[in-house]
Amino acid sequence: MAVRTESRPPTRHGVMGYRSGRERPAGGFELQSWLFMRISGIVLLVLAVGHVLIMHVVDSGVGRVDFKFVAVRWSSPFWRTWDWMLLSLALMHGVNGLRVVIMDYVRRPGLRFATNAFFYVVGFTLFVLGSVIVFTFNPATR
Amino acid sequence: MARKRTEFGTLYKGNPEGQWAWIAHRVTGVAIILFLFAHIVDTAVIGWGPEAYNRVVAVYQNWAVRLLELVLVAFVIFHAVNGVRIMLIDFWPEAALYGRQVFYATMAVFVAAMIPITWIMGREILKLVI
Repeated sequence: MAVRTESRPPTRHGVMGYRSGRERPAGGFELQSWLFMRISGIVLLVLAVGHVLIMHVVDSGVGRVDFKFVAVRWSSPFWRTWDWMLLSLALMHGVNGLRVVIMDYVRRPGLRFATNAFFYVVGFTLFVLGSVIVFTFNPATR
Repeated sequence: MARKRTEFGTLYKGNPEGQWAWIAHRVTGVAIILFLFAHIVDTAVIGWGPEAYNRVVAVYQNWAVRLLELVLVAFVIFHAVNGVRIMLIDFWPEAALYGRQVFYATMAVFVAAMIPITWIMGREILKLVI
């Protein structure tokens, strides 16, 4: 059972100076972003760690990955769905993570806007590129 | 406007364990998303046929690239395990009373996962060197 200290009860600012990092925002977009990072994080725990173990660790890892390997893998809608969900969630989680980091370190408003805009454009472009490939790839036409 | 040291720099400034975990979470997160950008492009090459794609993945037949790949896997595992620690403290504030223990438990899980992973990937890397 947890021991509570009378003088410093648990608050959203943490107990006895301990908190995980970013404080939970009070509301609005930042709270939604904070929640999104945690929810997508749980899903990515399965999708990304699973992907890394399957593609990079077991058997001979990436050494066995070639066109034929991907063609066989993507013959299953299950893996296409997995890879597309990983693509979208990892991009959103990553680009939003960059936004949080940029808020801390890029202080000049114009430069911050430009840096964020750059990563939004890169992220969106790669999302479109990745989605098109995952859904339209057909080994027979190649 | 003059910059005050306390306002800039690394930020967060929690307890020592939390601070290191926080820095590592940022570094691994930024590294992973930058790799992901490149990884989407290299995977997309598969749309240009077997010759093009196989030429791209041939990059991995190099021990130095494989070492970087091992680092990437370690970064993903750390980010995942530490992410669970963050959520534990966020959603169960009493866990913060055991902040140090939770941190060391997190590190123990990370190391325990990396031992077999390093063994399995390390053997493949050695095959490329010898």
